[in-house]
Amino acid sequence: MMKWETVIGLEVHTQLATKSKIFSGSSTAFGAAPNTQASAVDIALPGVLPVLNKGAVECAIKFGLAIGANLNRINVFDRKNYFYPDLPKGYQISQLAKPIVEGGALTVAVDGVEKTIHLTRAHMEEDAGKSLHEDFHGMTGIDLNRAGTPLLEIVSEPEMRSSAEAVAYARALHTLVTWIGICDGNMQEGSFRVDANVSVRPVGQAEFGTRREIKNLNSFRFLQQAIDYEVRWQIETLEDGGRIEQATVLFDPDTGETRMMRSKEDAHDYRYFPDPDLLPVKLDEDWIEAVRAALPELPAAMQARFQRDYGVSPYDAAVLTGSRALADYFETAAQACGQGKLAANWVMGELAAALNKAELDISASPVSAAQLGALIARIQDGTLSGKLARQVFEGLWEGAGEVDAIIEARGLKQMSDSGELEKIIDEVLAANQKSVEEFRSGKEKAFNALVGQVMKASRGKANPAQVNELLKAKLQN
Amino acid sequence: MSSETSLSALAAQLAARQISSRELAQTYLDRIAALNPAINAFITVDPEKTLLEAAAADALIAAGLAGPLTGVPIAHKDIFCTDGWLTTCGSKMLHNFVAPYDAHVIQRFKAAGLPSLGKTNMDEFAMGSSNETSHFGAVKNPWNTAYVPGGSSGGAAACVAARMAPAATGTDTGGSIRQPAALCGITGLKPTYGLVSRYGMIAFASSLDQAGPMAPSAEDCALLLNVMTGFDPNDSTSLERDKEDYARDLDKPLTGLRVGLPKEFFAEGLNNEVAAAVDAAVAELKKLGATTVEISLANSKLAIPVYYVLAPAEASSNLSRFDGVRYGYRAPDYGSLDDMYCKTRAQGFGAEVKRRILIGAYVLSHGYYDAYYLQAQKIRRLIANDFSEAFKVCDVILGPTAPGTAFRLGEKSDDPVEMYLNDLYTIPANLAGLPGMSLPCGFDSQGLPIGLQLVGNYFSEAKMLNVAHQYQRATDWHARAPEGLK
Repeated sequence: MMKWETVIGLEVHTQLATKSKIFSGSSTAFGAAPNTQASAVDIALPGVLPVLNKGAVECAIKFGLAIGANLNRINVFDRKNYFYPDLPKGYQISQLAKPIVEGGALTVAVDGVEKTIHLTRAHMEEDAGKSLHEDFHGMTGIDLNRAGTPLLEIVSEPEMRSSAEAVAYARALHTLVTWIGICDGNMQEGSFRVDANVSVRPVGQAEFGTRREIKNLNSFRFLQQAIDYEVRWQIETLEDGGRIEQATVLFDPDTGETRMMRSKEDAHDYRYFPDPDLLPVKLDEDWIEAVRAALPELPAAMQARFQRDYGVSPYDAAVLTGSRALADYFETAAQACGQGKLAANWVMGELAAALNKAELDISASPVSAAQLGALIARIQDGTLSGKLARQVFEGLWEGAGEVDAIIEARGLKQMSDSGELEKIIDEVLAANQKSVEEFRSGKEKAFNALVGQVMKASRGKANPAQVNELLKAKLQN
Repeated sequence: MSSETSLSALAAQLAARQISSRELAQTYLDRIAALNPAINAFITVDPEKTLLEAAAADALIAAGLAGPLTGVPIAHKDIFCTDGWLTTCGSKMLHNFVAPYDAHVIQRFKAAGLPSLGKTNMDEFAMGSSNETSHFGAVKNPWNTAYVPGGSSGGAAACVAARMAPAATGTDTGGSIRQPAALCGITGLKPTYGLVSRYGMIAFASSLDQAGPMAPSAEDCALLLNVMTGFDPNDSTSLERDKEDYARDLDKPLTGLRVGLPKEFFAEGLNNEVAAAVDAAVAELKKLGATTVEISLANSKLAIPVYYVLAPAEASSNLSRFDGVRYGYRAPDYGSLDDMYCKTRAQGFGAEVKRRILIGAYVLSHGYYDAYYLQAQKIRRLIANDFSEAFKVCDVILGPTAPGTAFRLGEKSDDPVEMYLNDLYTIPANLAGLPGMSLPCGFDSQGLPIGLQLVGNYFSEAKMLNVAHQYQRATDWHARAPEGLK
């Protein structure tokens, strides 16, 4: 049986988070009524001309700096010519020969193994509108709201060898573009769309197999499923003596299969040429340096710092830097309580579970980072046990007030008065003579039962360590 | 009519309240009504709109808010989008298109208070040198209606020559202002590329297109240029420069002026009568104090082939938006989407436009791009370099505007290459982005006008207008109007 190797390269279209379109002043906000965000330029009336939105260029510069790429100092826009009803000008303004970003790399981890994926290029271009085939019997509706939305098309080298690696890369890219604020990352709304170029080859073969491109995957799950299906299909086809033809395919989430969209023969000749309506854009060093200075600390650097400064594990550091909002939250909480590891546990444990249950993003957490920090500080100073802290957390989640107020109001303070605790212990010992005798006759279990009784009698407010200590002392008397 | 109809004279009459803008507009509207059936210079005339605009100009004058040309009516080439007016670009494709906005040039004229007399006829999408490719019929040369007026701004040139308008706007991609100006005996100027905004001017070849004024005299053109030019943030190729008064140097003497005579422009292919008239003009300029120097524009012989690669390449892409989806013509019967595209474009575009789209698509296609498009761009730079060299030894370049005078309607319509040769002398300035102008310098034996071309260095419009104005003070070719049309 022949062994196969999968080869994957990704092309990711990220919508840049500019307020207005790349070549017009129209809004890029999602969800407006059809064609209400389409100006004369966007619908390509006769005579209109494009004017470049510098904000889109700045997004591309940010990205290039964040991945350590080369930035082309002279940027030329090219026209990619083809006819389609949702492409109003009959050409898309893009970059062919001189993309703004060349090279760069992202490091991803799959099952604890790090791998560096190199990028080929990233170029600026405008999005097309949308053709709406439903709701119009025998006709097609055209919505040009999206036409002219700025995109950065990010192309990787074919360096991924499994769907897991592809997903890890796509996730890392998604984290990065949202981290540096150039993309809102909303995959449902099409802000981050992935095309996967997939081929297989016998292990050991140097040449790539023939690739097929799976278009427009808008979730990481679909990306994984589509690649897995495609790889199986290609291997089966080859093992059955068939050939792979270069093609563009679509993934159908309902069937879990890919199907042919167009073959290589149908491929367009896009007749690219430099757009004479736009002058070359020069990136001067001052501009680049200003953008560099304004870049936030990047995920990789932050992971290293979290390990160093807060003593969290590499895995935890990776999870905590899954988004800038999460990282910021963790760091604020950690600094508020001075307990990095404990803060990490709470953020990734209790908080993550609650957010997940409520389907909330970290940015919408009802419990603020400062509150969580204050809560952890109360565990640290012995005011709260872990159990009590969870009750306080619930109070915070419900908006019942600040940490100390909730402790006070709900009487959740851990018992610190040893006199009071001794009294409870005495009562428990008196009431549980059988257990006392069992313990004295060597049954260790009986001790735990007594601790449980004391905790119960204190309604959870006793400090378990203190209970252990006092109980032991009394029993040994 | 005489120089009493110069723009400055009309403006003075308006300012002195000797005539109102409405009365003036009405005079021209009457003349259009009388002459247009024979000349076909206008595609759209809308007296009601014109008179409303004239009334607004009168109000400005009454309020003391008049600018230098407020109230003077002019005609606009139908390539400029005009809010509320039909804008056809001479094509069936846009036969029903009413623009919802004004081109930048139109905005400027409106803001300056110049009422529009209507939209002038033109070669379809500005592709032609005879105005015979218009979907709205050929324009006739007012000097002899059996002859073409030139193109593509043929309607503009003809309406000015026939004094149906005091002046008109035109556009020039390869000579479309200068060649019809020459063939109709008027003055026309194509400014330095980037001086006049292209926003709202329907694109033919974006890197070459430039709007400019067409009028009887250089002085008129200077006043119009003052209105038309200026930075426009909506056009990325618009140049940010300080405002100039293009009339400032009109009266300067020409003493010491160095006139460059490109030997290639006086070679084979030039009509003898045209050559003689141009020689006479050179003699006149010498009398006015100029000296001449022979120069060489060696690569300009490649201008036509280079132009017919680059202009169609850009046009093939620029005209893709005319797809029947959103506006303009759509074929009445079609099956699939591709069928709709094919039929719409087959029926909506004329033969010359289709020829250029095909040439353009071909030279940009995979495997041919380097050999045609890239090669043409390289030669384009060589042509521009020739001019740079030339302007080291001269202030202005002089030659014929066109190799001959107006030709008969239909005479060249079956031979595109013969037709293309008409722009032999005008195309190099477009390729280099340089300003060029044409002014009348005589008549041939059939009484048809002859045009003299000046090409200046970048931003030397004021100098060129100075030369032209001094020449026009010494001659009266520009003041002559066709006799038969009264």
